[in-house]
Amino acid sequence: MIPELGHFALILALPLALALGVLPLLGARYGSARLMAVARPAALAQGLCMALALGTLVHAFATTDFSVRYVAEHANRTLPLHYRVAGTWGGHEGSLLLWVGILAGWIVAVALGSRGLPRPFAARVLAVLGLVEAGFIAFILLGSNPFERGWPAPADGRDLNPLLQDPGMVLHPPLLYMGYVGFSVAFAFALAALIEGRFDAVWTRWTRPWTLAAWAFLTGGILLGSFWAYYELGWGGWWFWDAVENASLMPWLAGTALIHSLAVSEKRGGFRHWTVLLAILCFSLSLLGTFLVRSGVLSSVHAFAADPRRGALLLAFLAVVVGVSLALYGWRAAQVGAGPRFAPFSRESLLLVNNVLLVSATATVLLGTLYPLVLDALGLGRISVGAPYFEAVIVPLMLPLLFLLGVGPFLAWKRAEAGTAWRRLRLLLFIALDVAVAAGVALALSPLAALGLGLAAWVAGSALWQLAQRVAAAPARTPIWRRLRAVPGGHWGLVLAHLGVGVFVAGVTLVKSLESAHDLSLRPGESGRAGAYVLRLVDTRQERGPNYLAAQARFELLREGRVVAELRPEKRFYVARQMPMTEAAIDRGFTRDVYLSIAEITPDQRWIVRMHLKPFMGWIWAGVLLMALGGAVSAADRRLRRAPVARAESACAPSSTSLANAAVS
Amino acid sequence: MKAWHRRGLMVAAALSLLGLATALVLSAFRDNLVFFYSPSQVAAGEAPAQRGFRLGGLVEEGSLQRAGDGLEVRFVITDHARRVPVAYRGALPDLFREGRGVVAQGRLEGEGAQRRFVAAEVLAKHDENYMPPEAAQALRQAEAGARAGAAGGRP
Repeated sequence: MIPELGHFALILALPLALALGVLPLLGARYGSARLMAVARPAALAQGLCMALALGTLVHAFATTDFSVRYVAEHANRTLPLHYRVAGTWGGHEGSLLLWVGILAGWIVAVALGSRGLPRPFAARVLAVLGLVEAGFIAFILLGSNPFERGWPAPADGRDLNPLLQDPGMVLHPPLLYMGYVGFSVAFAFALAALIEGRFDAVWTRWTRPWTLAAWAFLTGGILLGSFWAYYELGWGGWWFWDAVENASLMPWLAGTALIHSLAVSEKRGGFRHWTVLLAILCFSLSLLGTFLVRSGVLSSVHAFAADPRRGALLLAFLAVVVGVSLALYGWRAAQVGAGPRFAPFSRESLLLVNNVLLVSATATVLLGTLYPLVLDALGLGRISVGAPYFEAVIVPLMLPLLFLLGVGPFLAWKRAEAGTAWRRLRLLLFIALDVAVAAGVALALSPLAALGLGLAAWVAGSALWQLAQRVAAAPARTPIWRRLRAVPGGHWGLVLAHLGVGVFVAGVTLVKSLESAHDLSLRPGESGRAGAYVLRLVDTRQERGPNYLAAQARFELLREGRVVAELRPEKRFYVARQMPMTEAAIDRGFTRDVYLSIAEITPDQRWIVRMHLKPFMGWIWAGVLLMALGGAVSAADRRLRRAPVARAESACAPSSTSLANAAVS
Repeated sequence: MKAWHRRGLMVAAALSLLGLATALVLSAFRDNLVFFYSPSQVAAGEAPAQRGFRLGGLVEEGSLQRAGDGLEVRFVITDHARRVPVAYRGALPDLFREGRGVVAQGRLEGEGAQRRFVAAEVLAKHDENYMPPEAAQALRQAEAGARAGAAGGRP
């Protein structure tokens, strides 16, 4: 009975979403306050329905209701409760329901948070979101209903794919979707502005916190996905340029361009065309990502047992969204307006270069991801585009971006003085060059790796230097903590995110150039040498988990004769799916990870293991975490939420001094 | 500087960046595309001798051998029509099993009877029922070839 309730709630959400999508739009068009007033209650009602639908599916998983086919395919009685809950988004149908559920959540948030907006504008934003949601609900109801019953109900379910039975996987899809779907808000703001034909500071100001929040979620989601791949897949890699990973990277790159372009639009009124187009591009790439992962054109952990019809429907939806929004843009482009002029050497032009580089990177990733699919679809043969391609194109695009990232925040808007910039930056440049040379010589790095480290120091140093300048500029005799608290959230966000970029680049460079892997074959009691370490297999034993059997080995890691860590990698066998799994053991450290996974246990009790030494691996995670944190802090900046009302009243007066002082992102 | 000068400069800068990106992409494509071949195609000499490629099919039953410390692995990839011996050093993925689909990336080495595919990477699979599309295609091709051969009496 309860699953039917969820199904009913989902069906009910469709007319509500349609009402939300159509009535306020008409109301805004014909100036009917009554029709516009439909938006908020409709938004809240559809939110309630979607919450109910998602809740009943979670309930079906929690109570192992195997009469629901989707539950039977992705859960098992022996599966622990938290993984059963995560099983809700462990397959196609459920993850789409989660997608729409999160969209419903964003719609409710916009409905509640848009009270300060002009009413017709708020009505149009909510209507665009409603139309997108209606499309997705229809898609689920037509071909991917997670509430479908199976007859007869099996006594036990097939279990969740063991790879997904992991804490990282409980959180990764919701976070990633928060990001993907969050870009729909930026998209809706852009489309509402296009429909209205008004591109004042109000809409950019309102778009910024939403976009920053979505970007921060997406960053966190990608971080968790990569973190999971690192310790769960057992190969010691953290990014494989797999099409599914690229599907999340493309909206991230475009989104990064968007938050910087929005900064210019909001502070200076420039780049409006760019901003509108980037908002459309960003959400289209999110939809493309959903299509790639959910349509079955890719075979990977994210897409099993797919149905080609679904892919065609999703692709059609994507085509409609892109087509309609670009047509709308073409119709209204003349009214967008060019914005104020700026000199070739100014913060604006550097941000323009930032945008061009990021969009080029997006395009190259898109090409590398789609090219094999297109060739295959046309029957022209099967190829694969692997990591070497992506590294060959991304690295040259990122090097100038990193250099300019260090310069940009020090330049004035509109027109910057080269001399001033040089005086501010020469010490930093000197330090970065020193780091590059010193590290390059000391660690015997390649020139490219040394350059990477120098750029990392340059970027991180630039971020810290900005913070220092701001703190130093406070009135004399202010205590340091008060000075730090006086720094606005937006500026903290910029400092944290850029610092994160520096830490991340340092991590990637060091891991890529210093990592090593050692294969060892040991019997209990034996030890073998791997780099500067000695690995000793102490003993082995059989373990029994809730839904798996495991062979566990206890290793001691020795360095210079002293035991530095104990590692317990496992080889698991998941009973319900008859599937073996490697569970790596990792000793994490500030300067290195030691990563140990069992490859094989031979019949004569030799344990074949692969040990990866990954210097500064943790820096990669720390860097991305800092970026996500920076995005979150910026999104939470109170000035962004408070100002639009004041701004709307003063009818877009030239930016006040406080705004001129505010940071870029 | 006049406005149109500046705009022209901007457009020129953007175009040259675009050109640079295109050149990068093209050269990266030329060097890094990996093509896929089936055992029948390798036997027919269609696979490149100098560069790496992907080989897909089934792991032949009873062909897996371990040598030395257990890290040296040999097996045969077959599409039921032709077979290619493969050598690999390292850890095999969890779901590598005889009789199941597999894709290996590497290059051909050696001559005559010593000729084998030296794999740098044996690709992991994510699901127990998952058949790499490349492997599935190799099997379909070989099957179609066998049928055509039986019907048309081709050698």
